[in-house]
Amino acid sequence: MALTGRALLILGLAVAVFGACASLYGVRTGRREWVECGRRSVYTLAGLMTLAFVILEAAFLRSDFSFNVVAGHSSTTTPTFYKMTAPWASQEGSLLLWVWLLSLWSSLVLFLTRGKVREIVPYATAILLGFGTFFLSLTVFYANPFATTSNPPAEGAGLDPLLLHPSMMIHPPMLYSGYTLLTIPFAFAVGALITGRLRSEWIAVVRRFALAAWLFLGIGILLGARWSYTELGWGGYWAWDPVENAALMPWLCITAFIHSIMIQEKRGMLKVWNASLVLGSATLAIIGTFLVRSGVLDSIHAFGASTLGVPFVTLIAVMVGGSIGLVVWRRPQLRSDSQLDSLLSREAVFLFQNVVLVAMVFVVFWVTFFPLISEAVTGTKVSVGPPAFRPFIVPLALVLVLLSGIGPIIAWRRVTAANLSRNFTIPVLVGLTTLAVLIVAGGGTSSRPLALIMFGLGAFVIATVVQEIWRGVSARRAMTRDPIPMALVQLIRRNRRRYGGYIVHAGLAVLLIGVAASSSFQHSSDVTLAPGQHAVVNGYTIRYVRPLASATSQKISFGAVLDVSKGGKHVTTLTTTRGFYPAQDPTLGIIGRFFNGSSDSNVGLRAGITKDIWTVINPDLGPLQGLITKGDRLFAADESQIMSRAAKVSTAQTQQSLNALFAERDTAISGLVARFKSHPWSVNFLLIVSPLVTWIWLGALIIAFGGLIALWPVPAFARRRAIARAGAARRGSPAVAARETA
Amino acid sequence: MLQFLIVLAILAVVVIVVTGPLRSASRPSASVAEAAPGEETAEIADLEAAREAKYREIRDAELDHSTGKLSDADFEALERTLRAEAVEILHALDRARNE
Repeated sequence: MALTGRALLILGLAVAVFGACASLYGVRTGRREWVECGRRSVYTLAGLMTLAFVILEAAFLRSDFSFNVVAGHSSTTTPTFYKMTAPWASQEGSLLLWVWLLSLWSSLVLFLTRGKVREIVPYATAILLGFGTFFLSLTVFYANPFATTSNPPAEGAGLDPLLLHPSMMIHPPMLYSGYTLLTIPFAFAVGALITGRLRSEWIAVVRRFALAAWLFLGIGILLGARWSYTELGWGGYWAWDPVENAALMPWLCITAFIHSIMIQEKRGMLKVWNASLVLGSATLAIIGTFLVRSGVLDSIHAFGASTLGVPFVTLIAVMVGGSIGLVVWRRPQLRSDSQLDSLLSREAVFLFQNVVLVAMVFVVFWVTFFPLISEAVTGTKVSVGPPAFRPFIVPLALVLVLLSGIGPIIAWRRVTAANLSRNFTIPVLVGLTTLAVLIVAGGGTSSRPLALIMFGLGAFVIATVVQEIWRGVSARRAMTRDPIPMALVQLIRRNRRRYGGYIVHAGLAVLLIGVAASSSFQHSSDVTLAPGQHAVVNGYTIRYVRPLASATSQKISFGAVLDVSKGGKHVTTLTTTRGFYPAQDPTLGIIGRFFNGSSDSNVGLRAGITKDIWTVINPDLGPLQGLITKGDRLFAADESQIMSRAAKVSTAQTQQSLNALFAERDTAISGLVARFKSHPWSVNFLLIVSPLVTWIWLGALIIAFGGLIALWPVPAFARRRAIARAGAARRGSPAVAARETA
Repeated sequence: MLQFLIVLAILAVVVIVVTGPLRSASRPSASVAEAAPGEETAEIADLEAAREAKYREIRDAELDHSTGKLSDADFEALERTLRAEAVEILHALDRARNE
């Protein structure tokens, strides 16, 4: 089916080019039928890409190694779940996933905007199909997922063991959904700028898609962090890696947009700013995609060096240049309708929060690209790590949390002293009390004042959200006399954007408390222990009980069982292993190649609400090296003999001899494994006791829940109310009309 | 051969689907900017979106008032302003619909 797959890609490319041209021709000549052709092209592209993706999936599930991409990223022993998700482990498959998701989201937005924003839609269609054309061109000309070989191998190389993790398999579709969804606000913003229709309607279209992009991208980022924490074996969840930062930058940018767009909706202000944020978010998403695929910056997540750099740089240049040109061109129509009434208002807080978020984007961008910038200026690539981010990001994050607490309780337009006192007293008291208690508990001083401030601010934010929800429930109960749970559900149901947003703020506070605690109060120890020996970390005694080892023809695994106790009482038993996977290079030796290929870590983790006990083994292979070298030498001689005889005997006999050799190799590896268990030597462990890491994942879940509430479509009965409201409005009272929906 | 036939069939379906609107274009249709029967003009759509946003703002203000975030005096002043803005939008909407 590879031929069909290739044909689908070429057909998809032709449809995308035709649709983009048809949309532009239709809108320039005023011929609606051509615009409709463009719309149908998007739907057709979605159908074609779905078929193409199904063919690729089927090839992976069948282990059809005639597909190069299957031979390179799967094997017959790869579990079915990972076979299903392996397509996006490759450059080629992930590009196809990008186009597929883009075509699906584009179809959805065009379906939802039938008969609406008619002047903008043709341009948006052309832009979306333009993105489709770009990514399809990459799959057709640079990285074809349907490339085949006439001489397929009997076995595939298998999936990179680091990717054998459930969250890592869901993480790419989440990120790509976020990236592709960001192109929708971009496309509509460009359409609005070209047509000059910059008032309210296009915002109503893009707001929900911007929120969906924010949600998917956020989930993708957190899944990546979880994978890093449990799979990479370095003890952290965020390494400020270029590829991690590539996803964070558009997320920060679209977070700013989601807030500032409310000001434009309500007050007609910040139009230039909002257009710039939308255009910037999508551009940053493409920059992120470029970072992963070009290999310009070193990253554990990247696909490595490739030939895709030049096309991406060209696209980014067009997006940046075009965006700036359009905003400058339409600047007169992007003037604000009104002015900021007061610096003590929700608008001002949102504006300040936007400045903080954009400052964060700038810091992350600058430090991430600093190696490239330094190389361009000085000729030397200067690598900077996490310490370069912290002096800027930590204070900005503190201000951001403070503002996320102030935002929900400060009024729009103007604030009075009475308003401030009524709304801020309890949350401020809660925040200050938390801070005071923590300072007293810490003996009056702390070496981590910024972390304590974060805890105080987090408590303030959570208190504001609880206060707001409680007041809302009380107000509802005063009207309806519903029981509290019912009043809560109805309150949130009728005000999804507001209370979904509040829940997100609470989740962010919980998450950042977890980040502050785990990064400031972590205890770690890098120790070498022999069986029976122990180390003490933050009061926990961690004893190396016994070694573990196992081997298959695909993997050698060395590990350890550790006993954790505190004050003489058993706390938990942890098991950690390190897996070694054979390299494909036969020159590394028949046994040695196992220890020169990929490796992964299974961390021993006891997660708790107050602290995590985390450990990973890093076995020293030195004591085995002599045996490995000897084995490689012996097996190389045997293999050489077999191959020299190959010309004189039949193929079946040669294969039989090789099978016997591999059986002996497996016996030798079993001997190595047995030696690790029977003559255990000292091995290295990284032992970490880290507080409140679970709060990070809990905060992420709360954020996702809040995001879903805010994103959930308005139910049918609300639409019926809206119709009734319109009727009331015509009768002359907009306030009554609006109240009907409350 | 089978694959070739499959590709040919897909190509035929794609051409029929994508160019469908061109084949029915002999019938008179509205231009891009004009509203087809049952559709609204761009100006009306814009004003309706603005009206929805204004209603949402009034509703938010009422919720803020009922939860005590806005005092009676603040709410009355704000509601007056919002109501005036909403009436302005409604009048503009009426004018656009009558044109």
